[in-house]
Formats: sequence, structure tokens, C-alpha cells
Amino acid sequence: MFDRDRWQEIFEAIGKNKLRTFLSGFTVALGILIFTILLGLGNGLLNSFLSSFVDDAQNVIFIRGGRTSKAFKGFQENRRIQFENEDFEFINSNYIGKVEYATPRIYRNGLAKYEKESGSYSIRAVHPDHQYLEKTIMMKGRYLNEADIVERTKNIVIGRLIEKDLFKNESALGKTLDVDGIAYKIVGVFQDSGGDNEERILYMPYKTVQLLFGNNEDLDQINISYNMAMDTEQAIAFSKQIEEDFKKKFNVSPDDQSAIRVRSFAEDIKETMVILGGIYALIFVVGIGTLISGVIGIGNIMTFSIKERTKELGIRKALGASPRSIVAMVLQESVLITAVAGYLGLLLGMLILKLIGNNLEDFFILNPKVDTGVIVVATITLILSGLLAGYIPARRAAKIKPIIALRDE
Amino acid sequence: MIEIKDLHKSYQMGSNSLHVLKGINFSVKEGELVAIMGSSGSGKSTLLNILGMLDEADTGSYFLDQVPIKGLNETKAAQYRNKFLGFVFQSFNLINYKSALENVALPLYYQRKKRKERTEKAMEYLGKVSLAEWATHLPSELSGGQKQRVAIARALAADPKVLLADEPTGALDSKTSYEVMDIIQGINDEGKTILVVTHEEDIANMCKRIVHLKDGVIVEDKAVEQVRASQYV
Repeated sequence: MFDRDRWQEIFEAIGKNKLRTFLSGFTVALGILIFTILLGLGNGLLNSFLSSFVDDAQNVIFIRGGRTSKAFKGFQENRRIQFENEDFEFINSNYIGKVEYATPRIYRNGLAKYEKESGSYSIRAVHPDHQYLEKTIMMKGRYLNEADIVERTKNIVIGRLIEKDLFKNESALGKTLDVDGIAYKIVGVFQDSGGDNEERILYMPYKTVQLLFGNNEDLDQINISYNMAMDTEQAIAFSKQIEEDFKKKFNVSPDDQSAIRVRSFAEDIKETMVILGGIYALIFVVGIGTLISGVIGIGNIMTFSIKERTKELGIRKALGASPRSIVAMVLQESVLITAVAGYLGLLLGMLILKLIGNNLEDFFILNPKVDTGVIVVATITLILSGLLAGYIPARRAAKIKPIIALRDE
Repeated sequence: MIEIKDLHKSYQMGSNSLHVLKGINFSVKEGELVAIMGSSGSGKSTLLNILGMLDEADTGSYFLDQVPIKGLNETKAAQYRNKFLGFVFQSFNLINYKSALENVALPLYYQRKKRKERTEKAMEYLGKVSLAEWATHLPSELSGGQKQRVAIARALAADPKVLLADEPTGALDSKTSYEVMDIIQGINDEGKTILVVTHEEDIANMCKRIVHLKDGVIVEDKAVEQVRASQYV
């Protein structure tokens, strides 16, 4: 196999039959190229789907109150369900081990002013856990903490774009911001991967907001994240359980759809994974199909090339080439062409994927790539396909009778 | 050197069988230069193919240098061909993408000789047919006579016991034919056993013995006064 002279013979044969080599190599390279790009784009699609969940933690459950749609236990329909601090504490104390993080949310809007600049922004009054649920990344300073809640401080955290809007090139950290006439101290600036709107938000301690606006204990929404140890099925069951418990707690009919709204990503993720599985299977079928047609292509061309070389192989046999050496020569040639061409196709495919990069984000393709495992498998497949593609023509070549090959025209 | 007894060969042509060789008895001693003559269909090419182990007889015995040639598998036949025989064909049969030197070196490659030794030997034999300065040329750049000289050098390179030439001058004009025959005579003078299949009287007369084949049997086997080709060159 590693006989230097034989390789030299093969390189000579390849180098002096460039068109033939090019044609057979081209089929394989094209097959691998298409396979690589398909697989890469498939991965891009997967990345894109996954990234639509990464803005927020993937294991989040939203709990919201609405209005009842049915009369139940003496209560009339169209009753408003209002969550309060007590409901938030109910979650913290009732689902120990199942809940990872939990935060209430109160939504408001406010006009923020700093010197001559001003702007209207969304305000979210939250618990410090909110940082983990929203995957908020701190750029400067700190997030809200437990002391801010307990002491009802007027400390706030602002989005990167608010700092940019109002403070221009100054740092907002430690500055005082006027929101609807009340002065707050900025203790932190954050960024968020959820887009511009997510970076124009003000975070305040929820108890501060309750104290300043109405002196009540009202909450608009409760967000929790479930323990990652739970699988999708368990997570779906958990969110059902929360819904049931809350319906009981607020005396809502068990089949009332609008009073208590519990939404988790678990079901979305499950559905997406099923769709992605389908897409993957499709890509694989198409990819393998292309690969097989490439192998058949090289087999075809090798067969043709053996036919073309009948005379040469006949001469070689007359001069003393054994059938084995003919088989080895044809096989090695086939494997060499397949491996080199396939590898070029693979490299080209990866280069194209790199060039595509994130340019196709609008088509839901994000960071398309193929991983090393796939490349190793592809390389082995290539060498095996080369052997396979070369074997039948090689057998045929070995059976050439010199007497027939050398017969004059 | 060659001992053939009662050799028969027939080919299946559809439903009828064609009896080509009908009992050939024939022997060649070392150093002979034999012409095998006959019209087409006389069986001379079949006989040469059997002698060259490119085909096998149905019945009869064939000894080459006291080695029985019978029931060889492909690998063994390839080995024997490489060791015992050199071939020269009417249509030269050079490998068109290899240079003259590489063509001559090819049998040595199949003898597993080292590259350096192959090149040296091939060069030596190219020199013998006075083509040393054409070593790097491709067959397409050579004239017919030069191609046949390269083919002869290739046949000799493996130092075979017997040289088999099938119509070596069939594709050449008379002048070039005589040049080729001159070389063949020269090689024979050095002691090599050579069989030449031809249908040309003048070429046959340049050998030392003529065997006439007709309808699958030897009808005449005579020694002749050798005409030297050098006087025409």
C-alpha cells in the first residue's frame, strides 16, 4: 500500500490523464460540497431556532392573571384576577426544589429626564432574580439586590441605550435620574441580547414601586424558571400543576381558559425539536443521496476509464503485471482521487459556510457550521466510498485478457 | 529452449467450434532465429499467443526452458511472462503517456527492481537500439521505426529467454523494416532466441529457419541461408 514506486506510477497516470481525473474528482467534490453546505445550513437553522429562546432563559414559565370567563363558586364571571405579593411568596414556599428563580413584575411607563435630555421608557419593577430569568448582562455597576427590595430604595438599573440616549458620552453610573418627578440613583447599566427594545428598559425594586404608586401589594405577572433537572414532559406537567393550584387559590373554574394564564417554553421547545428533527432527517436523506450519486459517478468514470485503458492494462499484464497489482493500482487511484477531491469539496463547503456567516439571518439561518465529528465521519466515508467505487472496475481490470486487449483494432 | 508436442487449440464460435491448431510439433534451440510464416487464418498468431502464455492450448505439452507451461493461474502466468518472455507487437503497444525511457523500464518495475537500477538498465537498452537521445520523448513524438525500436528495447530490458515478435515490421515501410530486422539480427548474434511471426518473404529470409503453417499444421520447416539486413540499410 505504501510502496513508493506504486504511488509514483499512480501519480504519473493521474497527472497524465488530467481530464479524466478532473471529471471523477469533480463529481465527488461537488457531492461533498453540497452535503457540507446542506448540513451547515441545517445547523444554521437549528442555531436560529435555539437563539430565539436564548434571549430569555429557556426554562421560563410566565404566570399572569386575566378575567374569569365563567361564574364559579358564587363568583360572577368577568372578575379580574389580581396577583399580590402573597402569591409570589406562595410560589417560593410551595414549589421548593422545582423552582430555580422567581420574580414578580409590575409594568409601568415613565418619562425619564437627565439635564436637557428626556425620553419615555418602559419600567419593570422586579425582584433581583429577574436578572437570571432575563439573562441580563451587567456592563457597569450592579443589578438590584435583596437590600433594595427590603429597604424599598430608589435605586434603578438602566439599559445601555437609555444611557446612550440621555447621558450621551458620559457614564450614567451613580448619576441621579428623574422619572416622573421622582429622583432615582442609577446603580447599574445592562445589555440584553433581545434587541433594542430590551435595552431601553428601567428596572426598579418591585416593593419600591408598590410603595410609591398606590401603596398596595399588586403584581402584574410572576415569572419563574423551573429546575433544569426536569425534562420537557415534567416541565409541562409542572406548569399544569401551577395553573391548577392558582385556579384553586383564586376560586376559578378548572376549565376557565382566561383567568389564569400559565405559559412555558417547554411545549414550544418540544414542538420546535420535532420540526427540527424532521428538517435534519430531510437534510440527511438529501445529503446522503448526493454523496451516493457522487460515489456512483466516480464508479462510472472509473469503469469508463478502465475501458479506455484496456490496452494499457493489457500491455502491463503482458509485461508481467499480476492481477493483484492491477487491482491495487486501480483501487489506490480511486481512493486517492476520492479522498483528495472530497477533502477539497469539504474545505470549499466550509469556506462557503464561513463566508455566508450570519448574512442569511433574515432567512432564519444563524452561524451555519459543521462540527469536527461530522468531518471525521465524512473523511472515513470518503475513503470507503473510494474503495467501493473502485472495486468493481478494478475487478474488471484484473480480468482483462492481454490477448484481447492487444488485438489490433 | 522451446518444446511443443501435439498442440491442439480450438475456438468456440457460436455453435460451431473452429479448430485452429491441429497438432503442432515444434522445437526451438537456444540461439535460434525462427520465422513463422503463413497466411491469415493459418494459426500462426494463435501459436504465438500460446507460446507467449497469453492463451492456453487445449491439449498437448509445452515446455519453456524445461519448465512445463500448463494450468497457470493469472498471477503465475504474469510472473513467467515477465521472467521468460519479451514481446514485440505489430502496433508497438507502447504506453502513450510514458516516455521512451519509462516504457522500457516498465518490465523492470514489475520485477521489483529499484528505481535507479531500472533507469540505468532502460538507458542501456535504449542505447542498444541507438535511441539514447530520445529517452525523454513520448511515443507520439517518435517515428514508427523508432517506436518499434523502443518496443524491442522494452522486450529486452527484462532479459528474457525468448523474444516473441508478432509482425514486428507489419506497420513499417521496407527501409525501416530492414533497420528493425538489423537490430533483431544483432540481438540474435548475441545469443538471444527469437521467434518472428511474419507473412513477408524477405523478412522471413532474414531469419535462420522458416516454419510454414497452413490450416493449423506445419507444412514446411527448413533452414535458410540468412540474408543480412545490414546490406539494405
